[in-house]
Amino acid sequence: MLIKELSAIPGVSGDETRIRNFIREKLAARGLKNYTDALGNLYVSKEGRGKGEDPGLMLCAHMDEVGLMVSSIEKSGHLRFYKVGGVYEPALISKPVKIGPDDVYGVIGAKAIHLQKAEERKKALGPENLYIDIGAKNKDDAEKAVKIGDYVSFYSEASCYKNLVRGKALDNRAGCAALLEILQRDFPCSFTAVFTVQEEVGIRGARVAAYRVNPRMALVLETTIAADTPGIKEYEQSTVLGDGPAFTVKDDSVIAHPRLLERLIQVAEKQQRPYQFRRYGGSFTDAGAVTTSRGGVAAGVISTPCRYIHSPLSMLNQKDWHHLVEIVDGFIRSIDEKGLEV
Amino acid sequence: MDMEGLLRKLTEEDGVSGYEKKVAGIAAGAFSPYVDDTRTDNLGNLIFLKKGQGNSPPRLLICAHMDEIGLIVTKVEENGFLRFTSLGGFDARTLPGQAVNIYGRDKVPGIIGFKLPPLYTEQEKGQGVKMEDLFLDTALTPEVVRETIAVGSVAAIERKYLTLQHNSRAGKAFDDRAGIVALWQCARELHKIRHEADLYLVATVQEEVGTRGAVVSTFGISPDLGIAVDVCHGDFPGALEQETSPLTKGPVVTSGPNIHPFIAEKLLHVAAEYHLPYQRDVSPGPTGTDARAIQITMEGVPTGLLSIPLRYMHTSVELVDLEDIKVAGLLLARFVAAVDRAFVEGLVCL
Amino acid sequence: MKELIQKLCASFGPAGREGQIRAVIAAEIEKLKEEYFVDTLGNLVVRKGPAGGKKILVAAHMDEIGLMVTYIEENGYLRFTNLGGIMQQTLPGTRVFFENGTVGVIGQEKNKETREPGLSKYYLDIGAENRETALAKVKIGDAAVYLAPLHQEGKRLTAKSLDNRVGCAVLLETLSRLSAATLPGEVFFVFTVQEEVGLRGAQTIAYRTKPHYGLAVDVTRVGDTPEPEFKTNVSLGKGPTVKVMDSAVICHPKVTNLMMDVAEKNNIPYQPEVLERGGTDAGAIHLSRDGIPTGALSIPCRYIHTPAEMVDLDDVENGIALLQELLKCEQW
Repeated sequence: MLIKELSAIPGVSGDETRIRNFIREKLAARGLKNYTDALGNLYVSKEGRGKGEDPGLMLCAHMDEVGLMVSSIEKSGHLRFYKVGGVYEPALISKPVKIGPDDVYGVIGAKAIHLQKAEERKKALGPENLYIDIGAKNKDDAEKAVKIGDYVSFYSEASCYKNLVRGKALDNRAGCAALLEILQRDFPCSFTAVFTVQEEVGIRGARVAAYRVNPRMALVLETTIAADTPGIKEYEQSTVLGDGPAFTVKDDSVIAHPRLLERLIQVAEKQQRPYQFRRYGGSFTDAGAVTTSRGGVAAGVISTPCRYIHSPLSMLNQKDWHHLVEIVDGFIRSIDEKGLEV
Repeated sequence: MDMEGLLRKLTEEDGVSGYEKKVAGIAAGAFSPYVDDTRTDNLGNLIFLKKGQGNSPPRLLICAHMDEIGLIVTKVEENGFLRFTSLGGFDARTLPGQAVNIYGRDKVPGIIGFKLPPLYTEQEKGQGVKMEDLFLDTALTPEVVRETIAVGSVAAIERKYLTLQHNSRAGKAFDDRAGIVALWQCARELHKIRHEADLYLVATVQEEVGTRGAVVSTFGISPDLGIAVDVCHGDFPGALEQETSPLTKGPVVTSGPNIHPFIAEKLLHVAAEYHLPYQRDVSPGPTGTDARAIQITMEGVPTGLLSIPLRYMHTSVELVDLEDIKVAGLLLARFVAAVDRAFVEGLVCL
Repeated sequence: MKELIQKLCASFGPAGREGQIRAVIAAEIEKLKEEYFVDTLGNLVVRKGPAGGKKILVAAHMDEIGLMVTYIEENGYLRFTNLGGIMQQTLPGTRVFFENGTVGVIGQEKNKETREPGLSKYYLDIGAENRETALAKVKIGDAAVYLAPLHQEGKRLTAKSLDNRVGCAVLLETLSRLSAATLPGEVFFVFTVQEEVGLRGAQTIAYRTKPHYGLAVDVTRVGDTPEPEFKTNVSLGKGPTVKVMDSAVICHPKVTNLMMDVAEKNNIPYQPEVLERGGTDAGAIHLSRDGIPTGALSIPCRYIHTPAEMVDLDDVENGIALLQELLKCEQW
């Protein structure tokens, strides 16, 4: 299962080599030519089967994930770390991680509850209380296995049960999987697909990718927060697992182009597929970097809802993902048939 | 002029963000013997070209910012006192009692005025000074103030260059004129070394208000590779190891998402090859330097960052070690000489 | 003048949903027999003056702050997110309208602290009994703006969206008063979109038009109210301002000096401006490509981003006069 495979591979922002190489192999297996740029974005020019005009469409999905980076090594051999991207701290405690290119295992420990004073127990454990333990004897010993600047990814086995997928980095490996699935199919029109880097540290890969590709319009395949959990009112849930892929009307980086959004809705309605709107108006996506590129690009976002993003384990519903793929498929075909006035 | 003479001259001059002309003038004079061309772009970035000997020379950009944080007048009070806001990030607590030069019709000396502690209310005791409670005081009559100074007049901290023990030097605006001096050292060194690449040395403007000079100068030059030279936090009592780099141990090569791994690697390799001291640090996201802007210009520019350790950043007594600056310049020169077309072409094959 | 401003302020045009205000402005431009085009993001561009010389981009944003519906509850209430810098304290009891004319009232949940940040404690009541009746009038993604018609009190006007419909009026009036023959070069008058969410329209149109100089026309904060948030000399009625700096730009000295010279030569009152918080299209324009020397002319405005913004008609007139003289000037 593609999402599961992609989920397992480390690819923290700035260290996308392994996830990029994995995607490349998949592309090569399908005979798709690709190239990279100086930041590490991976581009595929997908040739259409028809004779129509190139609509200037770009599809993109970021392949990086949030994680950690080793910032210093204590005399005792414990590792201090920085966060790479918006990692959700409370979920770090008592989790295993993989460090550096050699996948050295470590755990994020915490002071045993028995040793904590009553007041201590009430306080959140911030990064200053947290460290990674690789079982080293001391600093010198630790330095044999890891070094400062090593990227740290969560070590979480992905698993599936019925429609559920549970794993790390589903944000945005679900989007990558969807883009790979789309690239496997034939379409009448040409388009450019980009697996972007460094989305989680400031939508940086997409910015240069959009400049290079110079598209007229762009659809971003994302994975977005679902908070359909106890104690959260409906309007604050942002998205709900199983209610279909989510369309963005607006986030902090982009206002979806009205005609592109309208087209997505039309496609979903025609295909009689469920869809929902992202209810949270905040956060940033690659679409923000794309829409202001050069003379302006019509941009939209379609996402798989996902619970507990930006933590070591997240979960999504494969049905949502499947619907997302088909709506994206239908969207590309509709662009070929009807064009899109932007 | 020697290296120290240039550092002294550059750091005793005023050049707050957006008003870097006089500093640019000093730099232009100092660099001219070692470069082939000098120009200024629309925002005031000073761009030197040192031509390479290659047939199809790669284009390298190395920049350091010449602006310093400063003040700008927001209101002239009835009684002639001036309210201000900062251009760039000052800690208000470092400002009371500083000597300043205010640039109106004339250059007017002033003091950053403050309320004396005996007058503090109970509530104010123990609280840090806030920017809105400070003001510029020229001790001139309101009429004279209004004739010479207006809303929008800028002010710079006045500080003479100080020679401390050994190679330690202190003053203002070492952030990042120490970097400009490193660029100059690099240009001078390259006069003696063959290099294939066309080298654009840029003294950027407006870094302190959001790396704006780097945004436009990188676009204008469209380089194959860019390196920002800036300062980083030096060591001091109680500092966290991961946040600081000790002085006298050489310049610092940064790694992280903002940095192309092959460039960091090459800098480290060159330093080792020429027995130049160096240090490393890591940054988990976009750095707070011109490198942040360079990397995402146009189709993406492979970027490096070299920093000079500096204590007391954004105060008027920034402290550096002269040897660290010199080594940074030598390392940059050797790096430039080591870069050829094949190297820059390899940077997009990840 | 008042009629034009009134018409522009009455129009609907939150960031990203500028269709209606764009149509209103386009109609005014057609009356002036000028040509225009609209770009991908929706910027409306009028080109005037002889090509070949220096190109100047003059930008006034036509979008306004607003709300966007993100969820419709069972019971017919709407939940929303912000488009631009909504000031929470002005929300409860304020009426808003949608593009199709539907009117709603903003309510606040009683059990939440007023000071708690975030919009989750507010809802929009459009008088619908349930989700179904609500959906008949409004769908998710629809936007709303304050319902606050213009009122005149002496020389002062108050209304919603004077930020920046007053800037649009300055551009339109300048266009009508300037004959192409008096322009030394080509001027792009641009009514930009999505300024309130991050200067996005100005960014793309500056890239596309590649001007030699940029100028933003917008509103600015004042310091002439009781205990103002920021210490500034800028006051209502003392003339348009020549911006020196804000959070997004340090204006190019060549442009600010030219503006001040032109004002002084023509006896037009003006005020120098340093804005401590906030930015305008000038921020995006000056960073376009390899850098564009850019300035900004602002109309002083009280209560920015509330339903009752306030400007002075004399400032507007003087703003038009200054812009007109500036564009005619040969010293660019």
